[in-house]
Amino acid sequence: MSAAPFGLVDPEVRAERRGRFWMRGLRSLGYGALIGLLITGLTGQSFWITMVHSMCIAVLCWFFIDLGRVPAARWKHRNAAAGSPEADSNWPGWPLMLVIVVIGSLLGFTIGGTLAEWLTGYSAPGYLRGSVRQTVALVLSSLVPALIITYWFYSREAIAGHEAAAQVAQRQAAENQLKLLESQLEPHMLFNTLANLRVLIGIDPARAQAMLDQLIAFLRATLNASRSASHPLDAEFARLRDYLALMELRMGERLQSRFELPEELAGLPLPPLLLQPLVENSIKHGLEPKVEGGRIEVSAARESGELVLRVRDTGVGLADKASDGTRFGLTQVRERLATLYGAQARLSLSACDDAEGGTLATIRLPLPAPGAPTPTPDATTR
Amino acid sequence: MKARALIAEDEPLLAANLQAELARLWPELDIAANVRHGAAAVESALELRPDVVFLDIRMPGMTGLEAAQALAEDWPDGAGPLPAIVFVTAYDQYALQAFEHSAVDYVLKPVQPERLAQTCSRVQAALKARQPNGQAPDRAAALEATLGQLRHLLGTPGIGTAGAATAAPKLGVIQASVGSAVHLVPIGEVLYFEAADKYVRVITAEREYLIRTALRELIPQLDETRFWQVHRGLVVRADAIATAVRDESGKVHLTLRGHKDKLVASRLYAHLFKAM
Repeated sequence: MSAAPFGLVDPEVRAERRGRFWMRGLRSLGYGALIGLLITGLTGQSFWITMVHSMCIAVLCWFFIDLGRVPAARWKHRNAAAGSPEADSNWPGWPLMLVIVVIGSLLGFTIGGTLAEWLTGYSAPGYLRGSVRQTVALVLSSLVPALIITYWFYSREAIAGHEAAAQVAQRQAAENQLKLLESQLEPHMLFNTLANLRVLIGIDPARAQAMLDQLIAFLRATLNASRSASHPLDAEFARLRDYLALMELRMGERLQSRFELPEELAGLPLPPLLLQPLVENSIKHGLEPKVEGGRIEVSAARESGELVLRVRDTGVGLADKASDGTRFGLTQVRERLATLYGAQARLSLSACDDAEGGTLATIRLPLPAPGAPTPTPDATTR
Repeated sequence: MKARALIAEDEPLLAANLQAELARLWPELDIAANVRHGAAAVESALELRPDVVFLDIRMPGMTGLEAAQALAEDWPDGAGPLPAIVFVTAYDQYALQAFEHSAVDYVLKPVQPERLAQTCSRVQAALKARQPNGQAPDRAAALEATLGQLRHLLGTPGIGTAGAATAAPKLGVIQASVGSAVHLVPIGEVLYFEAADKYVRVITAEREYLIRTALRELIPQLDETRFWQVHRGLVVRADAIATAVRDESGKVHLTLRGHKDKLVASRLYAHLFKAM
């Protein structure tokens, strides 16, 4: 993904655009020949003279229209932010383009006609020489093909552009998916958990089995998270319990956890593992770095018509600047919220001011209206 | 062979297991202490003088790597050779590569008994080589080799931290609050930075400031060609250094231009001060 420096189009892109420009010129010559053939067939005029006229006019029409397009696009997007797709665009939009097509084809018709006259010695009827009807017919004979051909070129390139954009989007989605999976199956966590499991098998097989079940439930939920759109809030809490049980085994007395889920909220739908990155951040950036460890509290509440989910820890707090890891986790949660609930959902992160300190992450979601069927978030998240 | 060991691992089950496995594989090894964090590891090691330390990389407070650095810097001269260091890690993508190129040994978690046995025999060989009857120049060479390996590991970004070390933009001024005012100190006026708990002392020719940033967060924001780290808690502006004198223990004593303070560079950074 070679991003162009601000305000400049990437040299590769420029070379490619230049190539396409000349290809359009060549094609226009071909279309000119086709029109020439058509006119010869319809009117029975001299083949060579008509061909030269038609091709001259076609190429010059193309030249003026295609050349006029770039400054027009630049003028049109003069206020676009540097580096934005608009600023790099060479398409001024249809209204402006129509004006360019009219002017360009008139110019092309006049100058191309003069050129052909000079080449063949035959003077074609101009706008000002024949009857009004003749003039209209002549203008239309260059204007209509010019419009059609412009539209044809535009849609071809628009399709190519869309395809390229779709490919980029697909690649980014795949990369994000991979990154998400990697962050949820964080290798450090996984190997440490397995190391603990290995030890437990020797000394406490029953506990090892319980731990393995928790690991299995957590892995299954992680792998399913990107596939299913929602699960009930109590299932979300159960998965967080599994995760924290694994972490408690590893961290021993350094980690305590508390959960608070009112009965009436247990069935509300929630995107799977929405809270997982927040809990993970609390562990990774709050409690793991703290020598004496601390507590993590996950709670759900109904507050003024909203579902409020809180993840609080008594860790080292926000003083340490958020590392890349934290930001990725938070961005992930924000993106999912935006996709599913739009502006109705919010995530905020704040430092806890009480004696225990630490960090509080709060998610506010719209509550489904009472009596209404529980809405299922309609999109799976990436 | 008889030897004394120290284990630093924050996860209790894994710590107990490592101790049990070592007892089985190396019965004469005396595990003098088994601690849960980096600072405790340094403290007990300086007190108990073990022959070998097993350090988990990711530990709260101070990482295993930082603990190794502190040991190398603070190990007293008369206390015998620096302990052999074995790092223990679950998964650190940056570390593994660095370890591959380094003779400091490492063990991956979950710890496999065969692999740990290999480590034990390697440590035994290293300890034998530096018995008191060994040649003094050999011991100096061995110490220098260990220091070189630590330098290499410390220079590898991302080890022991959760994420990748990203290239931070360089600071032009230090913003230090003094009472209710914020003083802007041009970076070129700073003589040196010194870590003081969670703060950093910023010393200029005229005065000193205290900023609420950990030195380890500040260092990536400094131009490393202008500011040299000479100790885990000390970063000096290179062109403010007037002279450097190395003593027998390998430490380097620095004097500054236009300032009376005398600084000491640790043996880990002594290689910076060589005549051209």
